[in-house]
Amino acid sequence: MARVKKDIEKQVVLMQGNEAIARGALDAGVNFFAGYPITPSTEVAEILSVELPKRGGKLIQMEDEIASISAIIGASLAGAKAMTATSGPGFSLMLEGIGFAKITETPCVVIDVMRGGPSTGLPTKPSQSDIMQTRWGNHGDAPAIVLYPDSVLETYELTIRAVNLSEKYRTCVVLLTDEILGHMREAVSLPDLKNIKIVNRIKPTVPPEWYRHYDENPKYIQPVASYGEGYRFHVTGLAHDDYGFPTNKADEITLMMDRLKKKITHHLKDIIQIESFKMEDARTAIFATGITARAAKSAVLMARKSGKRVGLIRPLTIWPFPDDAIRKYLRNVKNIFVPELNQGQLIKEVKRVMGGVWNYESRKSRQIIPIQKYNGELITPTEIVNAMKEVR
Amino acid sequence: MTERKFKKEIRLSGSGGQGLITAGIILAKAAILDKAIVTQTQSYGPESRGGASRADVIISNSEFYFPEATKFDVLLTLTQEACDKYSVNLKDNGILIADSTFVKNIVLMDSEIYELPFTEIAQKKLGTILPANIMSLGFLVRITGVVSETSLKKAIKSSIKPQYIDLNLKAVKIGFKLADNYVKED
Repeated sequence: MARVKKDIEKQVVLMQGNEAIARGALDAGVNFFAGYPITPSTEVAEILSVELPKRGGKLIQMEDEIASISAIIGASLAGAKAMTATSGPGFSLMLEGIGFAKITETPCVVIDVMRGGPSTGLPTKPSQSDIMQTRWGNHGDAPAIVLYPDSVLETYELTIRAVNLSEKYRTCVVLLTDEILGHMREAVSLPDLKNIKIVNRIKPTVPPEWYRHYDENPKYIQPVASYGEGYRFHVTGLAHDDYGFPTNKADEITLMMDRLKKKITHHLKDIIQIESFKMEDARTAIFATGITARAAKSAVLMARKSGKRVGLIRPLTIWPFPDDAIRKYLRNVKNIFVPELNQGQLIKEVKRVMGGVWNYESRKSRQIIPIQKYNGELITPTEIVNAMKEVR
Repeated sequence: MTERKFKKEIRLSGSGGQGLITAGIILAKAAILDKAIVTQTQSYGPESRGGASRADVIISNSEFYFPEATKFDVLLTLTQEACDKYSVNLKDNGILIADSTFVKNIVLMDSEIYELPFTEIAQKKLGTILPANIMSLGFLVRITGVVSETSLKKAIKSSIKPQYIDLNLKAVKIGFKLADNYVKED
């Protein structure tokens, strides 16, 4: 017994958030990475440049971010599990490619370690100002899957989850973190690889001449062939038919657009993860994500010490926005505080879902209160507690 | 078996290139060897040298959430600028350790203050200013006991390039000795 315990203890290591992304990628089976270095994401590429070749994978440093996203889409079409990592300025450049990955239904993962913006902004300071960009940045309709962890261990777990979701739903999945999470080091004990679920895209079983690259089925989870396996298909950013060839037919366009949407909206339960922290008896809630949720958790404990019934709701899945889950948790809450490192992005969604009356008998409106900081510094627990003191 | 709750917020501050983030990583690694719960965060500018730089290490025996130090139990400052900026957030009876090679003015009331010219001492005794960070870390650890000294040495060995390990182990020993001058007085 003592021996077993020793082995478990041995696995506790000091790990950086960006290292956790690299480890998660390797354990999820990522075997291709193309990227362009940018603070605060560079460590991801740095570590993978050493580790990927050891396992037969490939890493290419591209000339810029547009080339990087294009390279991972190409690699994915040839069957690789492909990933890139960047920060806000690079993500802006990648948006065109992300739209292409979505319409061509090509699995890939983009890591965005957020820093201050706009433009080159604050390379070494944290921010949460890419929340809307990850959802609405690329033109055209198409939902996004975006995850956002709040610890080094969860960064590892959600990296694997991002790869799994991209493989399952054939789309570009974004993992958001921020400069603090990316550079922070914590004591971490990684789970045993045997206990980690890895999802691989489903391969077609039909003979090549029957294969349709975009096959309709009620669950919207389609088999997908890779180039070089004997299956022929066409890939274009134009609206396309089942074989991938451009179309202008209204019924085929509708079919395609509905599939892009429904393959995500039909699986919200599988995609959405949310943490509820001390919400059982809460009358006041904090709604926060990522690094700000760490401050919020401390604030909840501080407020509870002075007798206030406060809880935290933290979505791990930012997009699709967890409307129903949030309604369930926040139904009986009087005030909602939304701390975030931007000028007001999450709060717009919270207002959309939770705005209006909270107590129907007295017709009292719920207050949704911003706590915003965009100067490169974190919102501290004390700042959240003080903001809560000011509101009755 | 009820252990007393223990939580120490430590900020190591100065300017880029002084090795504060390296020192923070070493301290955090040592804390893990002591089986503590630990986070290490950092803040620095876009420059590769110069500019304000700091590393925060929080060491505790129970779970905590916010990873940055806000009220410091221990503050190490290797520049005047860092000292001016951060000493206001030192806890009452907190410990301030300043490198008097660069820190000339300290305005503080209820704190335990140690002023030593770590950088000068490093230059004199080791012929290079580079391990001043590790020397001051050795001093900090012997004064505060936030991690065990064996763990600190192990952490240094596992974090520093092989060719510099000896130099840094010498530096940490000097740090310990410097602290003995104070510890004995108690």
